[in-house]
Amino acid sequence: MSDILDMTAVELSAAIRAGKTTAVEAVEAALARIEERDQEFNCYVTVSRDKALAQAKQVQAAIEAGELTGPLAGVPVAIKDNMCTEGLLTTCSSRILGNFVPAYTAEAVLRLEKAGAVILGKTNMDEFAMGSTTETSAYGETKNPWNPAHVPGGSSGGSAAAVAAGECFYALGSDTGGSIRQPASFCGVVGMKPTYGTVSRYGLIAYGSSLDQIGPLARNVTDCAAILEAIAGHDHKDSTSVAREDTDFTAALVEDVKGIRIGIPNDYFGEGLNEEVRGAVLQAAGVLEERGAIVERFDLSLVDYAIPAYYTIAAAEASSNLERFDGIKYGYRTPEYHGLHNMYKKSRSEGFGEEVKRRIMLGSFVLSSGYYDAYYLKALKVKALIKKAFDEAFARYDVILGPVAPTTAPKLGESLADPIQMYLGDIYTIAVNLAGLPGISIPCGRDAEGLPIGLQLIGDSFREKKLIQTAYTYEKARGAFPLALAE
Amino acid sequence: MTKQYETVIGLEVHVELATKTKIFCGCSTAFGGAPNTHTCPVCTGMPGSLPVLNKQVLEYAIAVGLATNCEITRYGKFDRKNYFYPDNPQNYQISQLYLPICRKGGVEIATKDGRTKTVGIHEIHMEEDAGKLIHDEWEDCSLVDYNRSGVPLIEIVSEPDMRSAEEVIAYLEKLRLIIQYLGASDCKLQEGSMRADVNLSVREVGAKEFGTRTEMKNLNSFKAIARAIEGERERQIDLLEEGGQVVQETRRWDDAKGESYAMRSKEDAQDYRYFPDPDLTPIVVSDEMLEEIRAKQPEFRTEKMLRYKEEFDLPDYDIDIITGAKPMADLFEATVAICRQPKQVSNWLMGETMRLMKEQEMDAEDLRFSPEHLAGLIALVDSKAINSSVAKEVFQAMFEEDVEPEQYVEQKGLKTVNDEGALRKTIEEVIAGNPQSVEDYHKGKEKAIGFLVGQTMKAMKGKADPGMVNRILKELL
Repeated sequence: MSDILDMTAVELSAAIRAGKTTAVEAVEAALARIEERDQEFNCYVTVSRDKALAQAKQVQAAIEAGELTGPLAGVPVAIKDNMCTEGLLTTCSSRILGNFVPAYTAEAVLRLEKAGAVILGKTNMDEFAMGSTTETSAYGETKNPWNPAHVPGGSSGGSAAAVAAGECFYALGSDTGGSIRQPASFCGVVGMKPTYGTVSRYGLIAYGSSLDQIGPLARNVTDCAAILEAIAGHDHKDSTSVAREDTDFTAALVEDVKGIRIGIPNDYFGEGLNEEVRGAVLQAAGVLEERGAIVERFDLSLVDYAIPAYYTIAAAEASSNLERFDGIKYGYRTPEYHGLHNMYKKSRSEGFGEEVKRRIMLGSFVLSSGYYDAYYLKALKVKALIKKAFDEAFARYDVILGPVAPTTAPKLGESLADPIQMYLGDIYTIAVNLAGLPGISIPCGRDAEGLPIGLQLIGDSFREKKLIQTAYTYEKARGAFPLALAE
Repeated sequence: MTKQYETVIGLEVHVELATKTKIFCGCSTAFGGAPNTHTCPVCTGMPGSLPVLNKQVLEYAIAVGLATNCEITRYGKFDRKNYFYPDNPQNYQISQLYLPICRKGGVEIATKDGRTKTVGIHEIHMEEDAGKLIHDEWEDCSLVDYNRSGVPLIEIVSEPDMRSAEEVIAYLEKLRLIIQYLGASDCKLQEGSMRADVNLSVREVGAKEFGTRTEMKNLNSFKAIARAIEGERERQIDLLEEGGQVVQETRRWDDAKGESYAMRSKEDAQDYRYFPDPDLTPIVVSDEMLEEIRAKQPEFRTEKMLRYKEEFDLPDYDIDIITGAKPMADLFEATVAICRQPKQVSNWLMGETMRLMKEQEMDAEDLRFSPEHLAGLIALVDSKAINSSVAKEVFQAMFEEDVEPEQYVEQKGLKTVNDEGALRKTIEEVIAGNPQSVEDYHKGKEKAIGFLVGQTMKAMKGKADPGMVNRILKELL
């Protein structure tokens, strides 16, 4: 069965639809792989073995009946544990939701199910998506399949590591400040954050509502485009969802970058950028230039302001979004308390982890009376300026190219010791969320230790197709990039 | 008391809007229902759920704003008001602070001395209602019902322009009528679809600065509001006279005891950490939308009063009563449209309708009979098919159960007997049976004929035309 596990999602579905294998065999292979490897990597919070097998049978029957014909039909998927799944534990990797079984399924997951996906389980993450390493999970850290002494990145670290370790064929993640792109980069897989409003947030447990977007983590750009095509689309249940027609993303899988204007922001290659990462990323730019792209350097500006603006806005929204976790309606309630106030206090103090509490306090502070204008309102102004800076850049370029993160995956334990350093690691990904833009991370090399390096391409709002075309062309030129443990 | 004091009052009025569904989800707003049956992930604050604005709420809020001369905010937002309480499933209420939908309006009220004054409206904003907590003393626990959670409200905040309980009541009645005319709410204080919090302070007559105010809650009727204002005015004056100070606080009125007690002081005031709700897009009111709502505005009371005078020539008193409640005016107009007899319709509304409403302690909203049936009844009287006392009997049945008058008259055999032969025969019998009255009549006692008419009507079971009875009686006598 090892050949099944080597397939991309689109290849696997084609094989299943051609009768060469079945959805059940695919799920069994993935479950066997999880059995074999997840003890070590801890990609999953919940493996939904029985349901997955039952769903695979249904999907297989529907494929055989000709009811499911799409490019993802029959393929097993892993879902980040901050997306609601009816009847399946959804924890956000937090103790406070340790017993939470949703009564409904997130819109993006529903759309995948309609496309014939089989849900393997829920992947580990930084608690409530707050973190860049998947170490803030209440259910243990996930380890990088390329080297288990290193983190997989975060917050969608479980999803990225599961794809890299072959414990699923693709996964959904969410990206608030880089949480898809950065772990994709650290784990050597492709991860894409679409334009804000492209994928419904209904059922995604919010961290920073104005920044959160769901997106795919996959083995290659083709899979990414197919997954995004399946989950994108207007949803009347999400007011911020955008009605757009150009969601036939697979149509952009064209190997051609002739005349595509690529801008390289000087600001993304300054101090703090690891030399090996710089080298690999610039080499990738060279590859695109050789294929006919017009590559130029330019100054993006305001890059240094993105991090404080981001942590102000995201923390402010999070402090309010996380108020509903109070021990009353669902989730963890402290066993002993006296009175309502004490119950709130103890349930939340015991239910949330350190990083979440830090951001709730930060967010409550920046929204409090007397500080609102100085922090929150100012951060919103910075956000608007950053969007303007990108608008100006996209008047000249189709795509902006740079690194995903300043370094490759750090060692376990290094980041949490210095949260500020961890926050600074988000420098190249965060502005994309503040401006609501699409971004994609593709492997472009490995460092001396063998850890993957990611290339980031950023597009203008609603120009995912340009990104996909550029990324696809690069991927073809680069040649195959192995999964972890493949050698 | 040597000093003269002036009372300064501003109101915060919450009005529950008459939409079929909640403000941010598709759940029913119907009153009652088993606990937590009108709920979904959105109005119970489930993780991952998102609010979507019910457009009807926005339209009603704008309509109320236009009717109260407000400026309509063309680019508005919803804000989150953060506070922890179990009836509030998200632990924040979606409301409006920074950019409320309506601002800077006002309505005219009549004052005691017969003049008019304007009560300014500071703002109107939209927000969601909370759920309901039920404290089970027996089990020593609290239960929460989210059926009310997410029911749409508007809050109308006045300027501190009122100076007496009478002005407050006049303002509230004015608001109530406007909103009822719009159909935006039934505005029932007793049932909580209209709730008023009274902000009150006192100051010496002539003083420039306002005194320290208190906010009074739990006012469930106009009478309670008037009593609470009187009580709070006296309490504050007593405090000041004793050399004390009014503390800025929220107080709860106990109407049964006729006194209030402090709920929380300003020092306990929470920081609600308001910020724009990122789950909702800005509210953009287009020219088209505004014009559409403006065009749909109904004829309000003042215009209606003028028109009734001109078109129907009704007495001012009648016009005042009929236009004083939207359902009454609707009933009047619909009935007149069918029978074209405004005076007759008005008489029925002013007379029997008001009498029965008073007797049964009903509001105009509770009237059940249809304009078709009232018009039918008027036609029956006109054609002399029934006499006026039978008509009252039929009306009562209509009032109770909205019976079809013609059918009812038929079934109950109430039709006036116009067969002169039969009537003549009955009258002959009455004359024969009452020689004393006949003698009295002949001696010149005109009143005696009344008795004979009465006897005839009784013998006819009320179904005779009294005019005809009179004529035949005189003829036979």
